[in-house]
Amino acid sequence: MSERTLRGKVAIAGIGETAYYKHGQSPDAEFKLALQAIIAACRDAGIDPKEVDGFASYGNDRSEAVRLAAALGIKELRFSNMHWGGGGGGVAASVANAAAAVHSGMANCVIAFRSLAQGQFARYGRGAAVAAAVGDDAFLFPYGLMSPAQRFAMKITRFMTEHGIRHEALRSIAMASYHHAQNNPRAVMYGRPLTQEKYDASRWIVEPFHRLFDCCQENDGAGAVIVVPADRAKDLPHKPTYLLGTAQGGHHRSAAPVHNAPDYGSAHFPTVARNMWAMAKLGPHDVDVVQAYENFTGGVLLSLVEHGFVDPTTANEFLVLENLLAPTGRMPMNTSGGNLAECYMHGLEMVNEAVRQLRGTANNQVPDAEVVAVLGGPMVTPVSSLVLGTEATL
Amino acid sequence: MSTALPPGLPAPAQEPVAKPYWDGTRAGKLVIQRCKGCGAHQWGPEWVCHRCHSFDLGWEEVAPRGRIWSWQRPHHPVHPALNGHGPYTIVLVELPEAGNVRMVGNLICEPTAPVEIGAEVEAVFEPHDDAEPPYTLVQWRVKG
Ligand SMILES: [Zn+2]
Repeated sequence: MSERTLRGKVAIAGIGETAYYKHGQSPDAEFKLALQAIIAACRDAGIDPKEVDGFASYGNDRSEAVRLAAALGIKELRFSNMHWGGGGGGVAASVANAAAAVHSGMANCVIAFRSLAQGQFARYGRGAAVAAAVGDDAFLFPYGLMSPAQRFAMKITRFMTEHGIRHEALRSIAMASYHHAQNNPRAVMYGRPLTQEKYDASRWIVEPFHRLFDCCQENDGAGAVIVVPADRAKDLPHKPTYLLGTAQGGHHRSAAPVHNAPDYGSAHFPTVARNMWAMAKLGPHDVDVVQAYENFTGGVLLSLVEHGFVDPTTANEFLVLENLLAPTGRMPMNTSGGNLAECYMHGLEMVNEAVRQLRGTANNQVPDAEVVAVLGGPMVTPVSSLVLGTEATL
Repeated sequence: MSTALPPGLPAPAQEPVAKPYWDGTRAGKLVIQRCKGCGAHQWGPEWVCHRCHSFDLGWEEVAPRGRIWSWQRPHHPVHPALNGHGPYTIVLVELPEAGNVRMVGNLICEPTAPVEIGAEVEAVFEPHDDAEPPYTLVQWRVKG
């Protein structure tokens, strides 16, 4: 039996995004943003949008595949896919699902995308206005536990306390994103650097590990990538970016109700990371650049640990700013500014940045980058991750 | 008696799958699911036992005490009822006498009080008698 894998089978041939806005400031409707990003990705790949035959998204994206297909005049829709789960847990999974469709022959040319206009729709940072809380929320909302920051805070408290990791480690993660954004004109935080003093003086969102700058922004915009068979990518304008490994899901009872996941202080990547590395036939030491989804900096720490990039026993020493910066840091991370400072496009902007790094066209280029890992939204479940590489890594 | 948080937060919808729990809290008892097939404690309420797949889930009173597994102290108001209220403390409490299930509640303490993982806590039943329908929340305080 042949090996069941996506390694080297598909490539990202094009990337696209809209201008990025502070939340509520997009002049365009969410659906129009989605269309703009998708058309940009097609143009980048040199592919007519009418040739697209599939769409994959996540986070309950409201821009439905059939509506996109109709608006774009797509001749034949062969794949439409929504990955369960909120936030950016599914960012890598959307690319993986597009890849699976392409590799299996169900479709030929699939867009993975995310579109968000939170002025048009609701924000995330406040609890929903409901009279009575149902399901898990019945055991959380009456105690004032309603927002994503709060949903994850106790995982972070548990892990950081257990391992004696200091808040300064999280500050380095935040400052790395802001540092890189200063060299990226696309970034919402371009021209707004973050100093140590500014971070330390920022208000508490949730004690003991969420200051304002530990939390992602909320933004408007859209991002898209176009996934094609590896053979086809060779004939397209850009140097192909190959999918080397990917996985999604969650470990044992990671979604157990009311904070009862057996492995609680977790980003829920232990099995996902293992499966991703196995498919990629690589490990964390092979990676040149990391894009690690920040919903909250504590989640980035957990995610880095569970993917093997950081040892909790040396996290305080390793997670210092200089180690995280392009071009020369030991682990350049979130090189476009990430969710914190480029744009909270639920991680799709990180997939685009991974492709730029492998093409050699990033604003904060890591020299000769061959392998980039994208770690999707942590602490939700299901989660997902992927590894991309240049032709040399096949 | 006073409540840990100001009035106006969403009430729990006392759904059928959780009704014995809510009935228990009204009587000042902590009652959670326990599988009649394999004896596993289970929380939150679910339709099937995650361990043996029995649908025959019973309910059992458990000791209203545990220890702090983790905690947080929100400052940012996440609901209009919390505007201007200031920080409050949420704990995740592990119940060693009930299969180590965990429950979320407020820790009754000063907003600057240190919180220690592992500290022993006991349940405080907080009635909301004026709600329609009335309900009782389970809060926690450090054992004296
Ligand atoms: Zn059972």
